[in-house]
Amino acid sequence: MTWASEVAQRLVHASATLHRIIGAPDYEGYVQHLNVCHPDDTPMSKDEFVRQRLEERYSRPGARCC
Amino acid sequence: MRRFFSVAAWFLVVAVGVGSFAVLALSRGERVSAAWLVTAALCFYTVAYRFYSRFIATKIFALDANRRTPAERLNDGRDFVPTNRWVVFGHHFAAIAGPGPLVGPTLAAQFGFLPGALWIVVGVALGGAVQDFVILAASVRRNGKSLGQMAKDEIGTVAGFTALIAVLGIMVVLIAVLALIVVNALGESPWGIVTVGLTIPIALLMGMYMRWLRPHKVLEATLLGLVLLVGALYAGRAVAENPVLAPMFTLSRATLAWSIMIYGFAASVLPVWLLLAPRDYLSAFVKIGVVAALALGVILVLPPLEMPAVTRFVDGTGPVFAGKVFPFCFITIACGAISGFHALIASGTTPKLLERETDARFIGYGAMLTESMVATLALIAACVLTPGTYFAINAPAAAIGLTPESAAVAIANWGFTLDPEAFKALTASVGETKLLSRTGGAPSLAVGMAHLFSNVLGGTTALGLWYHFAIMFEALFILTTLDAGTRVGRFMLQDLLKHVYEPLGRVSWYPAVVLSSGLFVSAWGYFLYQGVVDPLGGINSLWPLFGIANQLLATVALCVGTTIIIKMGKARYAWVTLLPLVWLVIITMTAGVTKIFSDDPKLGFLSHARQMQDAIASGMLPPNVNSAADAARLVVNDRLDAGVAGFFLVAVVIILGASALEWLAVTSGRKVARTTEIPFEPRAIAVGD
Repeated sequence: MTWASEVAQRLVHASATLHRIIGAPDYEGYVQHLNVCHPDDTPMSKDEFVRQRLEERYSRPGARCC
Repeated sequence: MRRFFSVAAWFLVVAVGVGSFAVLALSRGERVSAAWLVTAALCFYTVAYRFYSRFIATKIFALDANRRTPAERLNDGRDFVPTNRWVVFGHHFAAIAGPGPLVGPTLAAQFGFLPGALWIVVGVALGGAVQDFVILAASVRRNGKSLGQMAKDEIGTVAGFTALIAVLGIMVVLIAVLALIVVNALGESPWGIVTVGLTIPIALLMGMYMRWLRPHKVLEATLLGLVLLVGALYAGRAVAENPVLAPMFTLSRATLAWSIMIYGFAASVLPVWLLLAPRDYLSAFVKIGVVAALALGVILVLPPLEMPAVTRFVDGTGPVFAGKVFPFCFITIACGAISGFHALIASGTTPKLLERETDARFIGYGAMLTESMVATLALIAACVLTPGTYFAINAPAAAIGLTPESAAVAIANWGFTLDPEAFKALTASVGETKLLSRTGGAPSLAVGMAHLFSNVLGGTTALGLWYHFAIMFEALFILTTLDAGTRVGRFMLQDLLKHVYEPLGRVSWYPAVVLSSGLFVSAWGYFLYQGVVDPLGGINSLWPLFGIANQLLATVALCVGTTIIIKMGKARYAWVTLLPLVWLVIITMTAGVTKIFSDDPKLGFLSHARQMQDAIASGMLPPNVNSAADAARLVVNDRLDAGVAGFFLVAVVIILGASALEWLAVTSGRKVARTTEIPFEPRAIAVGD
């Protein structure tokens, strides 16, 4: 692996980690999950997935505190 | 031999912790360094984590790294996703940490630093962290069930329903008091209003960026937002220094209160991608950044604590809020020591993410210890101000008058000194025209933090920027809680209203959305407005109500925890949750009864109402009440506050009673102890993968 591609890979990894910490929807993870566990299902589009995740997140207690 | 060294090392940690506390407690008259408080807290947290949380993990739950977690069992790539423990820790911490641990300790500093420091450190180790950990572990063993659901399943329908109504009531009081803090911090402050006001268009811009310009580029948009936040800070200063613009952006507290209500309503009905989500991303980064900066500031500066260890106000005559150190110190500091709200998070998103159930200890107990450290740092930031400055900012005008000179006289009567000229200079150097009686805790914390930060970077010339930076992030935290809370409140209300008329429960039917949002905003808006016009400043009555409400939720959580432990057949360890439960019931009951029935009109809602009624009858209104109509409204509000406090107390009694019956039935053998845990299944992937 070249030096540049390793840095690039690390950046991708770091950005995925930050996404999860701030609770942003993880579309890649969802698609990967469907491919492994339910290969017959068609995944939602990214737009649809993100919208659904956000709606879900702000509709019940348990995501935010004082 | 290794064992000997290990034991010796832990004894050393205990000795250093106890020694540091002794230095703090025995300081009389001379200033002590904040280093002692930081050391004492850190030693205590380390010992509590190493021994007490391990005891709970192994003896009570017997957490097993090979047991399947809901994240693996129900993995759907959406809610249930096995996630690295550090990521879950960050996510959980960002969810539990908010303005609460910053404001409570600041207000409680009126008793001196020692009562607050002891309660934060001891309370978290034996109460708050235990609650978060137990509820998280219980929820993980039940496929990530919510607190309300567990209360219903474990204790019964009555307890479950009471918990649901209580959560709704708590959200109303919580949002009202947080909004009041923002109003008090921004009222008549053009710099603050412009800076905080700009965070709303910044969030909208981020939302649109992620939607249309560069779809789903969350980090890019957040980075852009952070840069714009810095810009907002400077824009605020430019407006405040401009003689034409400054008066235009100088809003009264009443106008601000209405604006915040409109904002809350908008957040509840607008699509979440536009406002809520971008604001939340921004807030998460700012939160973690500010906590790190505060820790760094305290450690680099190691300031002396100007506040005495214990002040005379432990007798209940304090100007910041009325009431003796017992029980009011313990409900003023909720978040940071024990916060019932966390139980909603620990049974919300977090349990669905754990990769191994043993992670519950690090995340449940560990994140709460971190939040407690934040509270300790906030206490330090409040105590680096001289007591004179602290009381000048935090005491209402009714206690210290309207000028620095009158404040200096009042403060001298309390045995502290305030130099009016120095206070005016401080007010000018933070870029404000008024710092006196800015109650609510946020401004004095901001002055304290600006003091620390400017010591590290920028010197006194940067004081104004640091002050408004601190105000901006406190307001950002608060508005994030306020908008998300209003939306959740609307959904909970719709869930209840659908029993009255079915279509009202439809979350995408516009009339139902507008009606329920309007109802919920009016509920907290009423309390907010009442606080804004209250001559005593509003924080005085609302913050204790919030504290009582939050501790009520902790009571629910600990009742659920105790019931679960007993039903697991571990009744001999039930003291772990019973101990904090008994303490909470004692303090909430004492505080609630005092707030309702105390004969002191400064303290008791009903006696204050009677005093006002007498004043109306005799035509001799107090100087800070303008008309008989205002006085009559105060009477109504006092009675309403008494009613709300009474409701919270009744809720405590119902839940405690229902739980006690359940415990007796199980321990006496009348009812079979049957755990509702999902039975053991081994993990598909071996440990160490």
